[in-house]
Amino acid sequence: MANQNLRENDEPLLIADDLSKSFGKIIACQDVSFKLYPGEILAIVGESGSGKSTLLQILSGQQSSGQGRVSYRMRDGVTRDLSTLGEAERRFLFRTDWGYVRQDPAQGLRMAVSAGANVGERLMAVGWNHYGRIRAAASSWLERVEIDVARIDDTPRTYSGGMRQRLQIARNLVTQPRLVFMDEPTGGLDVSVQARLLDVLRNLVRELHLAVVIVTHDLAVARLLSDRLLVMKGGQVIETGLTDQVLDDPAEHYTQLLVSSILSP
Amino acid sequence: MSSPAYNFAYLDEQTKRMVRRALLKAIAIPGYQVPFASREMPMPYGWGTGGVQVTAAIIGPADVLKVIDQGSDDTTNAVSIRKFFVKTAGVAATTATEDATIIQTRHRIPERALGEHQVLVYQVPIPEPLRFLEPRETETRRMHALAEYGLMHVKLYEDIAKFGHIATAYDYPVKVNDRYVMDPSPTPKFDNPKMDNCAAIQLFGAGTEKRIYAIPPYTKVVSLDFEDHPFVPYRFNAPCELCGSEDSYLDEIVTDDKGGRMFVCSDSDYCEGRQAAGHTGSLISAPYKERAARG
Repeated sequence: MANQNLRENDEPLLIADDLSKSFGKIIACQDVSFKLYPGEILAIVGESGSGKSTLLQILSGQQSSGQGRVSYRMRDGVTRDLSTLGEAERRFLFRTDWGYVRQDPAQGLRMAVSAGANVGERLMAVGWNHYGRIRAAASSWLERVEIDVARIDDTPRTYSGGMRQRLQIARNLVTQPRLVFMDEPTGGLDVSVQARLLDVLRNLVRELHLAVVIVTHDLAVARLLSDRLLVMKGGQVIETGLTDQVLDDPAEHYTQLLVSSILSP
Repeated sequence: MSSPAYNFAYLDEQTKRMVRRALLKAIAIPGYQVPFASREMPMPYGWGTGGVQVTAAIIGPADVLKVIDQGSDDTTNAVSIRKFFVKTAGVAATTATEDATIIQTRHRIPERALGEHQVLVYQVPIPEPLRFLEPRETETRRMHALAEYGLMHVKLYEDIAKFGHIATAYDYPVKVNDRYVMDPSPTPKFDNPKMDNCAAIQLFGAGTEKRIYAIPPYTKVVSLDFEDHPFVPYRFNAPCELCGSEDSYLDEIVTDDKGGRMFVCSDSDYCEGRQAAGHTGSLISAPYKERAARG
């Protein structure tokens, strides 16, 4: 069993192969390749307009790449090119084995329905048909993201920004995905709320052995969460490596600039 | 100039063919919403223009038409549509459910079981069951195509979370033939079981929204629910005060400004039929007394 697990973890979960995409003359990303292993957290950092979000959308199949391909190892162990999946398969993957946490929780949540239903939706989509069990699962997830279970029947409209973001995370993790994409999950939150969110995230990610691709412009977030770092500029990956290594000893001029521009109190 | 300015049953033959093609497709794919080029009708949208176009496309000179609105044959909507077809198609009209070959309905299914020789035409305001959960039509169409119906249960979940039970009382979503989730138009959920395995053809027309859908005879129609909160048809717990029926769907009628009310069958033909057969309710003579007293 342990051996099998080892072998499982040896195979990459997500493979990006030579991805390029341009919008007219604007190059959004160019020749991006990397492998993501189970349980690994990869941060994509760079200034706005550097192609981070486009890359994330290509990786998650929400946008087609002009060139190159993305492969994913499905639950049955077969690695498949995402562009060969049918729409039904891709959408099924998206709401079961994957999660996608958006910067604006209002886009990732259904703001008009209760928190419980928000968390339960993915379960109902895969055929759960027992109200009591769905509610129990939703309660336990609210607890895990540190939301008061008494608020289960309130809509996210009544939630604070930090709570909304934690709710969005619970909604994504309820089907026990193996891979989660996060687009600036801490953007727009104040510092203490960010800290709490990061704390919740870090624990869940380790506990559930999640692989994560996180896009952020905040190097502190990358430092805290990620194992590996991809620095982007003008659509190109200019530096990659272990997070601590890149941040402590940046090789590229641009990365040095990025690191040195952080204010430390 | 002796010929009338309109065709038999108002619509021109090309339009009827178009509607019939949509109907055939709808019957071939039970519960699937077929787009059609809905026409302007000589009555306002919201008056059942979808149902009227479906009826106009299928009616023939030998047909006998019944029109009901909330179960009743004599409300404005029902009277107007019945008159419309009597005038434009010269067909016979009836209020007796068993005599009708085409029954156009708004909000009810007759109490008397329908037969194979009958067609039930529904007037539908909003054909999309997912509309209020997912406003994007492009997205809901995709969800139907891929049979992604988790969202429908979200609505039922919300009901239970808020009210302790599934409080949706009309427009209760059904799954047709194990495939498409369908909006049964705003019929009370009391009527949902009548759609299942029904001998008659059921056609749905939504004029404003330009959609037609259908349930062929003897098709499985299941009301969505949860294992621990099963579907329960609702009716007021009272007998009809005119005919004493214990199992028909009731209208609640306010009789004065002191909280007085009475329950009577919503299906007027069914109620009259029972009264003619000698069944009486507790207040059978009350309306007449009142009329006499008023002079």
